[in-house]
Amino acid sequence: MTRLISVGVMWIILILLPWWLPMIGGYTALGSKVLIYAIATMGLNLVLGFTGGLSFGQAAYFGLGAYGAGMTLKYLALSTPLAILIGTLVGGLAATILGPLVMRRRGIYFAMITIAIGQLFYFVMVRWNNVTGGEDGLAGFGRQDIHLGPAVIPISSSGDAFYYLVLLGFTVAVAIMWVILQSPLGHTWVAIRENRRRMEFLGIRVERYVWAAFAIAGFITAFAGTLNAMLFNFTSPQDLHWILSGNFVIMIILGGMRSFFGPLIGVIIFVVAQDYLSSVTGNWMTFIGMIFVCIVLLFPRGVLGIFNRRAEAI
Amino acid sequence: MSVAATEEPVRTMPPAAAQAPKTPFLRMDNVSRHFGSLKAVDGVSFEMHAGEMRAVIGPNGAGKTTFFNLISGLLPPTSGQVIFEGENITEQPIVKRVAKGIIRTFQITEILPDLSVFENIRVGVETAEKLNSKPWISRSARAAVNDRVAELMKIVNLTGKANRTVGELAHGDQRVVEVAVALSGRPRLLLLDEPTAGMGDTETDHMVDLIRRLHQDQNMSILFIEHDMDIVFGIAQHITVLDQGRVLADGTPDAISNDPKVRAAYLGSIE
Repeated sequence: MTRLISVGVMWIILILLPWWLPMIGGYTALGSKVLIYAIATMGLNLVLGFTGGLSFGQAAYFGLGAYGAGMTLKYLALSTPLAILIGTLVGGLAATILGPLVMRRRGIYFAMITIAIGQLFYFVMVRWNNVTGGEDGLAGFGRQDIHLGPAVIPISSSGDAFYYLVLLGFTVAVAIMWVILQSPLGHTWVAIRENRRRMEFLGIRVERYVWAAFAIAGFITAFAGTLNAMLFNFTSPQDLHWILSGNFVIMIILGGMRSFFGPLIGVIIFVVAQDYLSSVTGNWMTFIGMIFVCIVLLFPRGVLGIFNRRAEAI
Repeated sequence: MSVAATEEPVRTMPPAAAQAPKTPFLRMDNVSRHFGSLKAVDGVSFEMHAGEMRAVIGPNGAGKTTFFNLISGLLPPTSGQVIFEGENITEQPIVKRVAKGIIRTFQITEILPDLSVFENIRVGVETAEKLNSKPWISRSARAAVNDRVAELMKIVNLTGKANRTVGELAHGDQRVVEVAVALSGRPRLLLLDEPTAGMGDTETDHMVDLIRRLHQDQNMSILFIEHDMDIVFGIAQHITVLDQGRVLADGTPDAISNDPKVRAAYLGSIE
């Protein structure tokens, strides 16, 4: 019941964000960025927090989604829904196809191979100059208004309208992840995280479930990537780089990797701190690092970890 | 299940006197497992009937756990064959053996420590019902799973502790949870590796009572490793003695306790 109320309050706050955020010195696009990163990190957390796989290269699928969407708009068709669809499929299928390389690895080896795959895509985007724009990134495309019969949603001109598209995407992604985590598939992931051997001796082919988690996380992260490309009408190899992957992990740990909404809290802390600090000092990363150290010391299970000590009861 | 057909007549007799059905159930033909020059299991031949309650005993290092690993599929044998219900399972992976109903517990408890008793057993039930790959679940399926979990918690007497985190339970209860999770897979052959290890007296009584009930009420075939001779001679119908990787003796509790080789090599050294 309390959970229902707090989730309801959260949604009201998010719906009203374009009104209150500018009043306290923010801007709507910052809200969009927070929600986009929240989708990405909550997707990643299916692998990291719930299945126990150290996926440290998740930006690859975020970036593939972004490039997929950007290139669709630039070279293929002026359609926002198509851009989202293609970008999500490109990133998600990449994760699905590469999953078998990853699923057998454990611990640090899982981390190494995911980073390596991520960097592979990074170099592809840097080198494939004439199509991707290389180091300069992919520009020259723009998100398009969405036509629903006679109605037009003016996301190309209105940042607020685009924010609501992002909020809708966030809501759908959250609903899907919530249902999965309440299902036998979600229970199996958590059990694998807790004790892989026990699950093998229950007759489970553990690797398949790790693969499923990796693939689903890939689709969700790629979806976030498509929205990110359209938020800025720009994407660059930095969106696939391991530094962004690392930041995703930091955001998750900040908020609490064992709780469902933990990544959202982590993203808010990280993105808002980054936005504010980078306008004050060029050494903003130092302060982010200090915040990280403080939170890890004060809240070993992340900020949301203190609210549900038995965080598995998401 | 084929066992169900023979269940009724067997039940009318006291279990100790019950004639175990003479269907070939588990057989090992000259099985060995060597680790370098160490012959952990060395040419063991073994036969067990359905519905039997059998103990494996032997001094430390006799190869009991390796023997279990060969049956459950954690290790492949160096040579020899493992036959379950007439089928050669020697090369089969763990998951296939589990699907056939060969389910084990471990000497060191294997549980999901951060989850509750209910959640531990639930994932076992969902696995047994082959639901694992379902990313959503209907209300009725969820209710069926919860009913089965409740039933299992009742069998093992853990109903009152459903929401306790397993890692925080007493050692004895943790082992009981592990048995409950094993039971969720509806074992045809239950392998218990030292089920009472590290337990106090009450906990031990509890576990022994549970094992006895499983055998009597469900006619389950149970193979267990145990060091406590009171338990072994109290509940086993048949005892296999291993020593240095070989079968030293094999027979009823009476035969084993009167076997001079066993007395010399093993029982005598304990008493």
